[in-house]
Amino acid sequence: MSGAGNLADADLLPGTPPDAAGADRSWLRHLRLPEQPLARHLILALGGGGILYLVTSSLSPYNDFLVGEIALYLIALAGLSLLTGVNGQISLGHGAFMAVGAYTIALLMTHTQLNFILELLASVGAAAVLGVVIGVPATRLKGPYLAGMTLLLALALPPIADKWSSTFGGDQGLTTTVPTAPGNINPEEWLTWIELLGALITLVLLANFLRSRFGRMLRAVRDDEIAASLAGIHVARTKVTAFVISAACAGLAGAFLGLSTGVVSTGEFPLPLSIQLLAAMVIGGTGSLMGMWWGAVLLVYLPQWSTSISSHLNLGSDVSAYLATIIFGAVLIVAMIAAPSGIQGGLRLAWGRAVRLWSGLTRKQIQPTRTG
Amino acid sequence: MMIGGVHDEKGRQMRQMRHSRHTSTGRWARALLAGAMGLTLATTVLTTSAGAASTPGVTSTSITIGATVPLTGPAAPGYDEIAPSMNAVFDWVNAHGGVFGRKINYDYLDDGYNPANTATLTRKLVLQDNIFADVGSLGTPTQAAVQSFLNSQKVPQLFIESGCDCWSNPKFPESFGWQPPYTVEGKILGAYIKAHFAGEKVGYLTQGDEFGQDFIKGLDMEIPSASVVSRQTYDASTLAGPLSNQVAALKAAGAQVVAMATIPAATALAMLPAAAIGFTPQYVISNVGADSPTVGPLLSSFTSKGGGSAAEAAATAGLLNGVITDAYFAPESNVSNPWVQVEKKLMAKYAPSTYAKYGLDGNVQYGVALAYTFVQALQAAGKNLTRAGLVSAIEKSGKKFVTPGLVPLSYSGSVHFGFQGAEVIKLSTSAPPAVTPTGSWMGSTPVSPVEVTNVGSGPVRTYTGKPSAPPQKLVSTS
Repeated sequence: MSGAGNLADADLLPGTPPDAAGADRSWLRHLRLPEQPLARHLILALGGGGILYLVTSSLSPYNDFLVGEIALYLIALAGLSLLTGVNGQISLGHGAFMAVGAYTIALLMTHTQLNFILELLASVGAAAVLGVVIGVPATRLKGPYLAGMTLLLALALPPIADKWSSTFGGDQGLTTTVPTAPGNINPEEWLTWIELLGALITLVLLANFLRSRFGRMLRAVRDDEIAASLAGIHVARTKVTAFVISAACAGLAGAFLGLSTGVVSTGEFPLPLSIQLLAAMVIGGTGSLMGMWWGAVLLVYLPQWSTSISSHLNLGSDVSAYLATIIFGAVLIVAMIAAPSGIQGGLRLAWGRAVRLWSGLTRKQIQPTRTG
Repeated sequence: MMIGGVHDEKGRQMRQMRHSRHTSTGRWARALLAGAMGLTLATTVLTTSAGAASTPGVTSTSITIGATVPLTGPAAPGYDEIAPSMNAVFDWVNAHGGVFGRKINYDYLDDGYNPANTATLTRKLVLQDNIFADVGSLGTPTQAAVQSFLNSQKVPQLFIESGCDCWSNPKFPESFGWQPPYTVEGKILGAYIKAHFAGEKVGYLTQGDEFGQDFIKGLDMEIPSASVVSRQTYDASTLAGPLSNQVAALKAAGAQVVAMATIPAATALAMLPAAAIGFTPQYVISNVGADSPTVGPLLSSFTSKGGGSAAEAAATAGLLNGVITDAYFAPESNVSNPWVQVEKKLMAKYAPSTYAKYGLDGNVQYGVALAYTFVQALQAAGKNLTRAGLVSAIEKSGKKFVTPGLVPLSYSGSVHFGFQGAEVIKLSTSAPPAVTPTGSWMGSTPVSPVEVTNVGSGPVRTYTGKPSAPPQKLVSTS
């Protein structure tokens, strides 16, 4: 099984227990999700959306805001996971794609009266266009060379906004406004719901992509380009498409980051953002979609936890300021040693063992009654 | 009302889920529901445990305020001294019984000068930690990011550490600037150039953002455009090597006076290549880029990194001799100034580690003065402290606050800028030096009377009032 090959099954259907007793089989069959990917993913998204709706409506506005941040990083991470985990291309420049999405929505909000949904789609589109621009030369580069090129992108893009500061707002940035919430919904909660909806739609679309012929092409290209092209796959086109999809996801995430920050300026997209995205993806589980939840939660909550740890321990500001980075690095190291396939991979492994153990136990219990 | 709506919604969902029990996804639905109920219960318990006071962040014995400042990242050096210096003032207040019996808790968080972090941390401070006010947060992009949020929550955004023109805006009644806007500095220095270097060719070298643009706006209001021969800019985010091209262009244009809005590193990176090509104009530099205890060490370290000998490195600090800049409170080198004396004592006692490291440099003085302004705002707001009461107290009596500033604060119902005046000073080897733990740095002497103006078309005029003396209580107890 090629790591991410069974991604959708393993991820979205956490191991249906093997049939314990034949008599129960008809009953059990009703509990299975439909095999058809779209229906299955939609049901899971609706279920997840329902839970998230209940959770966010009971959380405090601040925690709602954090859930919204998780959702937006999840979108970027899911795209990155597709690119790196499923297609085998590395990107150290996803912060730049996020910046393109953020600046697009901010510019549209400043100069036009476009519909909000159209503004979001335009951000996705602009980032996708940059994805083509970067994706085409990227097909000729591999490993560290590709990392170098995308790193350059993350470094080179923000200064452009400084250079033409009258257009891009320079240091002060461009302001963004979230559409007014209907009724008396809390604005933090409203933005969070928008972001969560965006994240769920992205996940459903990506999950379907990965279960389709296209998903199999991505994996084939990752595993062996020559074999893939012998099998009739247009390798370059597949790689560029992966870059475009990944960039489009980052564009949407960037637009949401611009909205939740309230201002789009160059300081929001420093190099560490791109590197943290990559690290969070690895911790979550490269190639997995559901694993990106873990990565996103870490990205958002780790600074929070480290602040409360340092205030509990009364650490000095010169230590506490770097604590989040230290913990992040430590988690990355521990994850790589304990669960090389990330948190999601580790959980999947543990779940598999638990299921085997459980089925072993029940079989032992069932057998004597049958013979006896 | 919100809560009712939520519960109705939940009930509806529950009924829907019950109906779906016999469908093929029944077990999933029940599992999801159970999970959701568990999470809801857990979070409700968590969120209702925090009690709500009448005014957030205020009890009969305490006031909790917060800020976001860069403690790490590129903007941290220098700026990370401000919040600990502010805390020294609050510790002094707390050691003497607080304000109306309330002690001040100052919760400052590191945003690394990244607006996305500022947005998250400010929401933490306001929505979770229930701060009374955001006091002394630093940066133009960072504070612009949360201006609308803080105003919508009616949280005072006080004494923003930035000279942007954007803080005094009727759309944002809770926001207050504090330091002189860069436009005001530009006007005062521009007026000085016009008066003392009439007919000479002037060149500009500015940072390519709001800082530079606002400064130029002020200069252009005073200096006739015919005498400006060259306008050079640099990009702060890519500032790595000497600004040789800009300096060469200024020399080629024959600039005799160079007006600069530069951060300390850029000041050094312009002066060194200029000296190397024998270009020695009269420098006129905005306050932030001409703090000699900051720029002096940079000149030396850049010289030695560039292969210069120790003697050459030491000599480069002398390039600052004759530089004209402006100041809005008495510098550390003015040891006889009563504020400087009080500030030294206060820092030595209440922030000894910061003081041992930096002495009383410009950033430390800035923090002390800003925090003392806030303490007076609290006193003016009276015993029944509310957010609205604090804002109206600043608008009503802000002009009368006693601060180390050379001019009074200019707060009113329509003006939310703080200081709008400064005196022009000249760095000089003959003035008493500024002595800090890092060494002895060039001192300065005033070359103009204290002047006031505004960000608009108002004239630059001499301020006739006297600077205020530190109150007896501060002198005797710090």
